[in-house]
Amino acid sequence: MSVNVNTLREDEYFFGHKACAGCGGALAVRIALKVIGPNAIATIPAGCMSAVGFNFPQLCFKNNAIISTFAGTASMMTGIEAGLKALGKKDYKVVGFAGDGGTADIGIQALSGAIDRNDDVLYICYDNEAYMNTGIQKSSLTPFGARTTTTPAGRNIKGNQKVKKNMFEIVAAHGIRYCATASIGYLQDFMNKVEKAASIKGTSYIHVLAPCPTGWGIKTDECVEVAKEVVDCGLWYLAEYEHGTYRLNRRPREFTDVAHYIRRQDRFKHLSDTEIKEITLQRDAKWQLLDKQYFSK
Amino acid sequence: MIRDVNEKAFTTLKNIPFAPAYKHTLVSVNSGFRTEKPVCNRDKCNGCFLCYLYCPDGVISKDGESISINYDYCKGCGICQKICRKDAIHMEKER
Amino acid sequence: MTKEFLSGNEAFAYGVKLSRPHVISAYPITPQTTVVEKLATLVEKGELKADFIHVESEHSALSAAIGASAVGARTFTATSSQGLLYMAECLPYAAGGRFPIVMMNANRSTALPWNIYGDQRDSLTLLDSGWIQAYAKDAQEALDLALMSFYIAEDKRVATPVMVNLDGFTLTHTYEAVEVPSDDEAEGFLPDYETDNKLSLEEPKNMAFTAGPDTNTEFKYKEHLGVLAARDVISECEGRFEEYFGRKYTGLVEQYRTEDAEYIVITLGTLYKSVCECVDKLRDRNRKVGCLRLRYLRPFPKTELIEALKGVKAVGVLEKDISFGNEGTVYTNVCSALQQSSFNQPCSNYIAGLGGRDVPLSDIEEIFEDLEREQNGVHFVGLEE
Repeated sequence: MSVNVNTLREDEYFFGHKACAGCGGALAVRIALKVIGPNAIATIPAGCMSAVGFNFPQLCFKNNAIISTFAGTASMMTGIEAGLKALGKKDYKVVGFAGDGGTADIGIQALSGAIDRNDDVLYICYDNEAYMNTGIQKSSLTPFGARTTTTPAGRNIKGNQKVKKNMFEIVAAHGIRYCATASIGYLQDFMNKVEKAASIKGTSYIHVLAPCPTGWGIKTDECVEVAKEVVDCGLWYLAEYEHGTYRLNRRPREFTDVAHYIRRQDRFKHLSDTEIKEITLQRDAKWQLLDKQYFSK
Repeated sequence: MIRDVNEKAFTTLKNIPFAPAYKHTLVSVNSGFRTEKPVCNRDKCNGCFLCYLYCPDGVISKDGESISINYDYCKGCGICQKICRKDAIHMEKER
Repeated sequence: MTKEFLSGNEAFAYGVKLSRPHVISAYPITPQTTVVEKLATLVEKGELKADFIHVESEHSALSAAIGASAVGARTFTATSSQGLLYMAECLPYAAGGRFPIVMMNANRSTALPWNIYGDQRDSLTLLDSGWIQAYAKDAQEALDLALMSFYIAEDKRVATPVMVNLDGFTLTHTYEAVEVPSDDEAEGFLPDYETDNKLSLEEPKNMAFTAGPDTNTEFKYKEHLGVLAARDVISECEGRFEEYFGRKYTGLVEQYRTEDAEYIVITLGTLYKSVCECVDKLRDRNRKVGCLRLRYLRPFPKTELIEALKGVKAVGVLEKDISFGNEGTVYTNVCSALQQSSFNQPCSNYIAGLGGRDVPLSDIEEIFEDLEREQNGVHFVGLEE
């Protein structure tokens, strides 16, 4: 385990893409491919990354890359892996990059199947908390209170009323070989996890939070900062699951102010102090569980 | 190299591939919608390469002890300027 | 070569085994199950060295098959009815990517109402998905089509997936004596799959990409040419097949006593044998009748049909299918072909066998009688009023 800014491959594998300026998802894909290297075979469903990377004749992947159906990221990876294995190929890594909708909603069946079979693939969910490619519609990973184009914030309903589904724990519950959460605000941590996951024989999963300036209503230069702050204020956590046990990579001694994180994003600007208090309470309740889960023994 | 080929190279039955599969190819730059561009002051840069690491577009490359920026593909998001701890990058308005 | 007593599904499974696929991905659905069960058994015994993927849905079955085909592996899947509809999104995907996957479809009615028995509504719903579609008449042809389909699909001029349809239960589960070629004979007939249209570590590709309005028509046109190219390749393939195995096939259509026929019933699948039996019976009574079977619906045998129907007084299209609010889909295709020729005789449509209803000889005899009355239009055979 030695990857860092100095040892990282200098070649760029995801280059020339048409993602919005300051795109968190593009950063996650770029870094993961630089960690895995030229023998990565990327599978990317319909969504932002395929829309910005594969516009013939502007084709932005220097490694092998293929667009899958929206629901079929994991199943296509399964097939690619099976095909290469059957043909006797060696030294490759099949890696998927799907968004939150592609993973937690339409693609969860195929993902569950791949984990169940323990196919030798790495699945990376870049989570920007809504269907950004189609114009910021709610997914099951949209956080409580967020305004999207299908959960508008008005007098009657203040944005999304559901709390974010915990994909990391859902995946871990399969008894997967390795899974982790990450944030593009903490790239060293993300790189470590990609390197580890890529080295594992069997299914591995990384859930990386990747803000979308366009959908979240933040400035393009704030993307990384916000991705860091969501971890620092405790609304997202960095953890791993391996050999049946959970490990927390970062336990902030004191959380930064949730209100500061919320107030800087347009998608939350309708929220009152009461609702921000509610979100803070949700955070505290989650951390009580996390502390029990990770530190009770 | 800015572009591999001209966009017009792929328009007819003869020159498009038989299936939707082709090698990495760039036909257009991405700088058209940039309003600001990052400029690095090499004297202040300490070569930590955090800007290189955090660039979503991979347009910053290591250049000796400092960095260089590919302005054909830089979209001017400003992440590099924010991540820099030495204040070595500032944003300049495009004219 | 050995002679075995096999069901249509088992025969097809042997055909697949002889084709040496690298990857098989399948999800169970009645009446497809026994073909994949047989293949799983052959893998377990070591007689077939393929990676058998137990996928969690039909959508994943074909999605995984596309993934495997995209790296250059020979790939097989099988399904039926609701399963075919569930994987529907992946069908044009496989065709547009020019991935030569072979799929067996056990023709079965589509819900609602639920029904597990045979009709052709499932595959005909997907006639426009870009796949070559073949329909087998018996277990021997099922085995032979399995072998030939890989040859046709993988030909560089074609590079198109093939769906082989077997009538649910009447063919999939009915036992017949079948000649099974040896591994060596099959290997001689079917060369290894080689393609440049694949993800490769030596020459990486961006695959299954987006093509906007500027180039989309050109890609689709090439796809269309691929299916059309199958016309010649099917003919070449059948010539080669006859050389290797001695059995002769007749291209996109098969005809029975049509040379001087005045009345012809066009059909597909296992109904052909019933219609032929009826033709014999009527010929004994000096009636000039014949039968024509569409072996392939894509590419559509336009020229063969026009040629075969020259001088005929009336034509009936008998199919297990209805495109609600219009007519049988096969009938639509036949009429379209005839409209492009000088054919100017009545052509009627007979909808029969829906949801597995038996089509007795007496019904077919009535169809021939009906043709002599020169009736046009759509008729539901055996409708209980």
